[in-house]
Parts: sequence; C-alpha cells; structure tokens
Amino acid sequence: MLHQLRGPAKSLYQFYMVGFLVFLALPLSIVAVFAFNDSLFAALPWQGFTLDWFVGQTEPKLGIFYDEGLLSSIGVSASIACLVTLLSLVLATANAWLFIRFDFPGKNWLYIGLLLPLVIPGVILGVAILVASSSLANSVEDVWGWELEWLRPGFILVVIGQVAFITTISTLVVLARLRKFDFSLEEAALNLGAGPWVAFVTVVLPFLMPALIGAAVVSFLMSFENFNTTLMLVGSDAPLTIAMYDRLREGSTPVLNAVSLLLMLGSAVIALTSMLFSGDKDVSSK
Amino acid sequence: MKAKGLGFYLLLLPFVLWFVLLIVLPHLQMFELSLIKRDYAAGDSIGMYQYQQFFEEPLYWRTLVRTVWMSLLATFITLLVSFPVAFFIAKVAKGKSKRLLLLSCLLPFWVSELVRTYGWMILLRESGVISQGLLALGLTDQPIEFLYNDVSMLIGLVYTSMLFMVVPLVSTLEGLDQSLIEAGYDLGGNGWNVTHSIIVPYAMPGIVSGCIMVFMLCLGNYLTPRLLGGKDSLWFTEQIFTQFITRFNWELGAAFGGVLLVVSSLVVSLGLKLSGQSFSRTLGR
Repeated sequence: MLHQLRGPAKSLYQFYMVGFLVFLALPLSIVAVFAFNDSLFAALPWQGFTLDWFVGQTEPKLGIFYDEGLLSSIGVSASIACLVTLLSLVLATANAWLFIRFDFPGKNWLYIGLLLPLVIPGVILGVAILVASSSLANSVEDVWGWELEWLRPGFILVVIGQVAFITTISTLVVLARLRKFDFSLEEAALNLGAGPWVAFVTVVLPFLMPALIGAAVVSFLMSFENFNTTLMLVGSDAPLTIAMYDRLREGSTPVLNAVSLLLMLGSAVIALTSMLFSGDKDVSSK
Repeated sequence: MKAKGLGFYLLLLPFVLWFVLLIVLPHLQMFELSLIKRDYAAGDSIGMYQYQQFFEEPLYWRTLVRTVWMSLLATFITLLVSFPVAFFIAKVAKGKSKRLLLLSCLLPFWVSELVRTYGWMILLRESGVISQGLLALGLTDQPIEFLYNDVSMLIGLVYTSMLFMVVPLVSTLEGLDQSLIEAGYDLGGNGWNVTHSIIVPYAMPGIVSGCIMVFMLCLGNYLTPRLLGGKDSLWFTEQIFTQFITRFNWELGAAFGGVLLVVSSLVVSLGLKLSGQSFSRTLGR
C-alpha cells in the first residue's frame, strides 16, 4: 500500500518518516545540548554557553574530567567490559565451532539452550546468579570456614552475570559468519600436513576475524551499558550506569549530560568504525 | 561430519560449563529457594508458602497483571510505529538514503538506556523543555508535568525497544518480491487489501521475532518504569528488586522471579504457537 503512493498520501508518508527521525534524535540531542548550559540544572531557561560541565574544577560546577566518583566508575565499567568481552569471545568461538562442525544427539536442544538467555529478563538472570553464588559461598563457609569474597556482590559477580547472556549474542554473531565458511579450505590445510589446531588458527581464525571484531564491539558496548543484570550483582565499586542512576535519583547537575555526551561520542566512534571495517571486509570477500 | 574424538568433548566442555553453571543451576537454585519458608522457631519448611503470599497479596499479583498488560500495549504500539518505518527502509528508500536511514535507526541504541531515559526526563518533566517551551510560547500559563504517568512510561518503553522491532521487520520485508505487491493491485486489491493479505503475512516471522524481543525487553525493564512512570505504576521487576535488596526477603523475591519467568515463557510460547513459528528459527537469526 505504501510504495505506490502518489500525491498527498506520499507526502504524508515522508512526513511520518521525518517525524520518526525527529522522535529518534530528540532525547539524545537534548541531552547533548544541555551539557553546555551554564545552569545548575539540566533545564530551560538557557543561561549561556559553558564548558564547566567538562572542565569545571570546583563544586558545585564540578566537570566530568575532575569528578573522581564518575571517573572511577568509568574505570570500573571499562575493566568489566574488557573482561566480559574476552571471556564471551572465547566462549562464542568455541560454541560456534561446536554447533557448525559437529553433529551430535540433542544438538537442537542444546541450540535452544544457547538461545535461552534471550528470553530471560536481565533482572531475573541477575537474581538467579546472586542466589546461586551466595548459597555456594554460604556452603563453603559452613563446611570449610573459608570466606570467598568474590562470590559476594561485586566486580567478579557482575562479570559472571554479564558473560551469562552476552555469550549468547556474540555466539550468534560468530555463528552467522561461520555458516559461510568453506570447509574444504580447512580440509586442504589438514591435507597439507597442518594439525587441527594449526589449521584452525591459520585458516579459520582469519576468516572469522570480521565477525570476532563485530562480536567484540557488541559485547563491549552491551556490557558497558548494561543495567538490569548489573543492578542485582553490584557491590561497592559501582560501574558507570549504576553511578549515573544514583546521581539521577538524587537530582544531579548537568555533569550527567557531559558524561552522556562523551558516552554517545564514544559509542558512535566505536560502532561506526566497526561498521566501516566489517563493511569493507564483506566487499572484499565477495 | 567428523567422528567424535577428544576435540569434540573439549569443545563441548566450555558450552556445557557456561550453560549449566551460569544458566541452569542459578535458575534451579532460585526455584529451590522460592520453596523455602523461613521460621526461626519451628525450623525451615518446604512448600508453596511464598507463592501463596504472591496470590494472597493483591499488590503483588496486580503489579504483575499490570506489567504484562502494559508490556503488551507497548509491544503493540512499537509494532504500529515501526512497521511503516521498516517498510520504508526495506522497500521505498534506495541506495545511500536506505543505508543512512537504517544507520540512524541503529545509532541511538548504541547509547546506554539510561542516557535515552534521561533525555526523555529533561524533555517531559515539569521544569523540562516541552513544558517551559509551551510556557514561553504563551500556550499555557503554568508549567505542565508530562512525566510520571503511563503515557510518558509508554513513550520511554517504545523508544527504548524500537530497534528490536525495526531490524527483524526490515530483514524479512527485504525478501518480499515487488511483483507480489503489484500482482495484488492488478487483481483489484486496494492498499489495505494488499497490506493485509500480502505484506503482513509475508512479514510474519519478522513481526513475531520483533514482538517477542520487544515484549521481553519491556517486561524485564526496570529503568524506564522507575524513572518515567508514576507512583502508582509499579513494575514487577521493581517488586523483585524490593524483595531482594530492600527487604532482604530473598525467598519471596525468588518466588517472584519464578512467576515472572513462567509468565514470560507462557506469553512467548503462545505468540509462537499463534503465528506458527519455531523458537530457534525466530530468535536464532
């Protein structure tokens, strides 16, 4: 009905698309604009342009570059995201290889198992892991008298919780690429005397590289911006999203807008670079 | 495929470890915990006590009903808003403008949900941009509170989950042959007939997978209802959070988690059944 529209109906459709794009861009651009408002609140009226929310050194106009609390939470988020990316990439590569290369009884069931985290709400995943790790920690304490601090809410538990569902997503990314792999190439390498491991590293891994980079970017960003699972597992060292949420509830200065703008720029740069990168690879492999 | 040697089992190991230790066991333990009733005088006992609590306290089950209902509503609105957009990207736009449109749909979702929600707060709150803008234009003589009601919450939910509807819709609609649509018109169908009996049935796999993703995201959302919703729009995830973190009543919280998991699985499998789609094909794209 929509592609053959003429006259007013067509203009209406185009108007709808413009409206949609405005709807998409509105909240983010508003956040960005108010990072430069010289007022203690992210609200109208406009009090003039300032960079204080980035470089301001004194309270109450403490800029993000001098806000110890937010800066350290960015550090926490980045280290969590790096660990999660690393772990989920290793798992994703192994899983993808397992599902493409082997046939075994119950494979379809295991595949459903692989997809299961997609339909588990993040809060519940977090709660379940919290329950399991605490009960393990309690049993260990009861039996041996050891206090396993890492099984209590905190850094390690957040990493574990995020790996639980990010692994599924990165596995799907790697699987999609591996489905296109021509296995006669691996066979050729094996025939030429390479061991299975050497064949994997020299033939399969380079082929998978674009998908691995894509999966790494997705994992990193998903971990960095995760809220639901993290909320249930967080300890005293809060990652950025949790720290921002706490500030937001207390009612914060536009320093939050400044962080948000930096986040937007950071994610946009990472996402666009990886898209360009993987786009080029696709063209060259055709 | 190869015979199963040591390599197979070495590859199976990480998957099994991840699946059993991080997915299956935690949920089983959550379920086990939900069956326990703590009683320091008489000792702990096993039973359905926590679930009984859930059904006997209207606040609890009403929150659940409301959460499911609002999530369904948000999913439906997201579908309505996204379908024309996806159709435009898949069938109307060409070449560069098509890539650009898809990209502009993707980009906001690389930013944290918290930032997106914060944007809506700045726009909608009483001291916010829209209210103050209306005031400045003289359209109203006092600030209006647009935040903290069901509409603002639905806007936030739709906005935050839109991408997960647009992308599957675009990828199914791309496969739709233009000549099918033309045939529909040649046979005397009008725009509504063609949309209803050719385009929508063709897009069904995309519609189902989009709806499942969006429904799950809304149901499991915590930030948006908490920050944009009103005082009376308690979300079920907030109840779980309260039981675990504020009240420290883990047994009841675990029961809530179990209930939410059962309800969400039911709705998802009902959606799959009604549309005749399979779980792995719909989600494992």
